Amino acid sequence: MSANLRFRNPELAQSIAKKIREVAPKKGQVKICHVCGTHEWTITHFGLRSLLPENVEVIAGPGCPVCIVPAAEVDEAVLLANQGKVITCFGDLLRVPGSESSLLEAKAGGADVRIVYALSDAVEMAKKEPQKDFVFHAVGFETTAPITAVEALGDLPKNFSFLVSHRLIPPAMELLLGVGDLEIDGFIAPGHVSAIIGLKPYELFTRVYRMPTVVAGFEPNDVLMAIYMIVKQHSENDAKLENEYARVVKPEGNKKAQEMIEKAFEVTAGNWRGIGRLPDSALQLRESLATYDARKKYGVKLEKGKDILLGCECHLVIIGKIKPKECPMFLKACTPAKPVGACMVSSEGTCRVWAKNVAANSP
Amino acid sequence: MFMCLAIPAKIMSLQGETAQVDFGQGVLREVNVSLVEAKLGDYVLVHAGYAIQVLEEQEALETLSLWNDVIASTGE
Repeated sequence: MSANLRFRNPELAQSIAKKIREVAPKKGQVKICHVCGTHEWTITHFGLRSLLPENVEVIAGPGCPVCIVPAAEVDEAVLLANQGKVITCFGDLLRVPGSESSLLEAKAGGADVRIVYALSDAVEMAKKEPQKDFVFHAVGFETTAPITAVEALGDLPKNFSFLVSHRLIPPAMELLLGVGDLEIDGFIAPGHVSAIIGLKPYELFTRVYRMPTVVAGFEPNDVLMAIYMIVKQHSENDAKLENEYARVVKPEGNKKAQEMIEKAFEVTAGNWRGIGRLPDSALQLRESLATYDARKKYGVKLEKGKDILLGCECHLVIIGKIKPKECPMFLKACTPAKPVGACMVSSEGTCRVWAKNVAANSP
Repeated sequence: MFMCLAIPAKIMSLQGETAQVDFGQGVLREVNVSLVEAKLGDYVLVHAGYAIQVLEEQEALETLSLWNDVIASTGE
């Protein structure tokens, strides 16, 4: 059998599930938290929760980079769009609610908002239309930040700038450990963030918090294996950092990408939708790149926005405190076709993933 | 699109920081390879039009062999 088929082979999955049952404690819960929208997709799409013993629970933390962009930063993009700038972004961001309006609503009102597949596409557009001002709304965790860095440090046209909403994952993981009654027993660390940052940033969790932490890939058997490794550590009262995704994640990460991030950005405090302000959790362009920083170029800086609408429980879903189906609006007032909260908008949002795979998580 | 998703693709041709890659089934796309040290024929992980890491076949095979060892081990 070829290697890629083994990574999602159902018999192998059953065998790993059996090993999980063998190492799971007879009494008490084991609660494992992941922090990546793609992990939630794998777990839900392949129904992995149904393979786990009742007392092994996997919850989704703040792993959707679009969902955690605060409304104030969507408002900044909408404001720039309404001022006549061309706003470019990845498709997921389009419908994310701002305080009053999303970018899609601004577009419907006549603003020039364009979806791109790659940042380089936006740069090319700006070169072809020098009479217009282009802003790229740069959203994403450490996986995406080096891409923004490459272009910011490259040969950009004068009519191009960035509205940076990049955030960093380890500070969000640390926050979860302080949330009362969440009581996490282990972390599945996100594979593609780790491909960039390597293993070192997670040492904090094993050393200080004694939290089993396993970096995992995105095939169903990758995730099951990571769950096995965490449950086994838990049963042995161990707290190690393990790398299940060695075919992609090197211990040192991607040095070149880290250097680009370091050159282009400085780390600062940032607001997270549903979470609030976290120190050292956001990136902003360095002063030397200020001409490409849309906030400085156009004097736009909004601090306060309406993150969560009345009745929406996104703030609890984002930190894994409740499951989507525990929100009274889930699949009633809030659906993929007519989303209310950010978690239902993005294809990586926990509510959206659950809504698209209802059977996998029922009853 | 999934913002933490990255898809493996094979480098079919290379020119400076740009490569033509094959995502399988013959779908070719131009990607930026300035963040990786990749050569012709390598598999890279592509995120939003940029290669972010080179895939290691040896490591993939070792992972699978590790899984086999775990499954073969007897329960306690």
